[in-house]
Amino acid sequence: MAVKKLSKEKIAEVLQELSKFRLIAPALSDDVVIFKEIQDPEEAYLDYGNSTVPPKKVVFPQTETLFRFQIGNPELTEKDVGEEGTTVIFGLRPCDARAMAIVDKLFRWDYDDPYYLKRRELVTLVGMACVEPPSINCFCTSVGGSPFGKEGLDLLLTDMGDEHYLVQALTEKGEKLQETLAPHLGDAGDKDESKVEELAKEAEGKILRSINPEGIPEKLPGLWDHGLWKEASASCLGCGICTFLCPTCHCFDIQDEVEESGEGRRARMWDSCMFSEYTVHASGHNPRPTRKERTRNRINHKYSYYPDRFDVIACVGCGRCINLCPVNIDILDILEQVVEA
Amino acid sequence: MDNPYIPYQVNILEAWYETPGERCIKTFKVTFADDKVWDNWNHLPGQCAMVGIPGVGESMFCISSSPTEEGFLRFSIMIMGKTTTALHELEAGDSFYLRGPLGNNFPLDEWKGKNIVTIGGGIGQAPLRPVIQWVRDNRDDYGELELIYGARSSADHCFKVEFEDIDQSDDCACHLSIDVEEEEWPHFVGFVPTLLMEVAPSPENAIAVTCGPPIMIKFVLENLEKLGFKPDQVYTTLENRMKCGIGKCGRCNVGHLYVCKDGPVFSYEQLKDIPEAFA
Repeated sequence: MAVKKLSKEKIAEVLQELSKFRLIAPALSDDVVIFKEIQDPEEAYLDYGNSTVPPKKVVFPQTETLFRFQIGNPELTEKDVGEEGTTVIFGLRPCDARAMAIVDKLFRWDYDDPYYLKRRELVTLVGMACVEPPSINCFCTSVGGSPFGKEGLDLLLTDMGDEHYLVQALTEKGEKLQETLAPHLGDAGDKDESKVEELAKEAEGKILRSINPEGIPEKLPGLWDHGLWKEASASCLGCGICTFLCPTCHCFDIQDEVEESGEGRRARMWDSCMFSEYTVHASGHNPRPTRKERTRNRINHKYSYYPDRFDVIACVGCGRCINLCPVNIDILDILEQVVEA
Repeated sequence: MDNPYIPYQVNILEAWYETPGERCIKTFKVTFADDKVWDNWNHLPGQCAMVGIPGVGESMFCISSSPTEEGFLRFSIMIMGKTTTALHELEAGDSFYLRGPLGNNFPLDEWKGKNIVTIGGGIGQAPLRPVIQWVRDNRDDYGELELIYGARSSADHCFKVEFEDIDQSDDCACHLSIDVEEEEWPHFVGFVPTLLMEVAPSPENAIAVTCGPPIMIKFVLENLEKLGFKPDQVYTTLENRMKCGIGKCGRCNVGHLYVCKDGPVFSYEQLKDIPEAFA
């Protein structure tokens, strides 16, 4: 796969070129970095650590129509997915791209999810390597990722510390996009790739937090009645932010909405295993009645059930659930207790 | 199913109440509005469907008819919440929608040559009905068939007419019970687990299938063990809140198992070490 160089001065040109597609890039919104559709290269905010909200919503929108209907008419109108066309996510971090590769397994498992997979097909992922860890709570290297990780990405940009980015094509999709950008790119030097390896090693050394996940998936089922769950969830508010901002969380609800005119839609929307309603039966019985059971399920799902079925931990170590929990619940502290239990 | 989220329209051929009261049960016999759907439709006893009405919602129900009953599907639905209330308003000639068949099925192929006992309580008979029907329609493939069923009162019995028919037939032993004594009740009075001990089916070359309220299941499992049934001879179905029915939306898991995909049919062998299975 081809390796090219991009002068930092030309980044606006590149974004301009990419804006002929639907272009999603990090941007500021009320002082918070999010990934959003931009029209103008000026809107892109590239001096970011990572976005507060992961870019998963590009392929898995927070609310998505499944089909439309009109009360009284038996016809259902299937939602035409992908009308937004070819999409480029520019500047996502390797952990968030890897999260998509992990979630793909679920959406491809047995039944293909037509909505998710259509969006995945339409999107090209242009990553930005983490030369510096975006957050003090990053732990990607503990769960199979890396600040320069390539899994899930189509193109990887690396800030070489001089006036350039190195642009590595990683997939066919990435190569195609690299060709589109060819007029703005220059040839990479002989030593650039080995320099990237050095930078990657340095970056890994700057990750502050870690856990050894070995044995955790196998150990978790045996800790079902352990006291750690009550302790871990004691301060939990049940706000669900840890799941909404998690790049691998994929749970959804399905609801019908009808307007006064009788026009309606069935839609799916993000849901959270941390909400009491998530599992409550029609009878009122709730198999996970308190935050203890819900916290236990969240950790088990990521670190035991998902690896059991899909051979990969459903956590990429982005640290968002730690950074943004209003009561400072820390998944690494919980996992540490699991290791010690 | 090209798009597993798009339901098929079904027309109600017949609808009737099985039981009265606040938590009444209504049975719907339906066929697909588009006849062509039947060409690709294959379900087996134990499988489910997401049943619903656009604008109201969808819920998971077992298909309570056996594929040996051709030309229709049956659903027996207890009134519980929004979707079931809306469904109960429907009569013959009306329509609703369904997605399916979903989930796994009772391993009736593996059970060939074995004696089968079903132990049901209340609406829990709905997933057992297709098992009984299947075995009666493939009678030579199986050994003895025994049906144990109970509900609070005789009025709360589902499938009364069919039970009378089964009771008079010689291809299935029928043991019925009610919780509290009633005048002219000719059968057992007491709880289902007690009736199970009275009937005392032999575990020899046998399979026990049980569905019903959690408290009944708990004691039935204990009693089956006392009778000598091994965990791999005992089957049940689980239910949980579901949205997608196809293993994506996340909520129906008990431990590492998704009820919608890995179930709803499980052997007790699969469930006995999963603490969440009977939560």
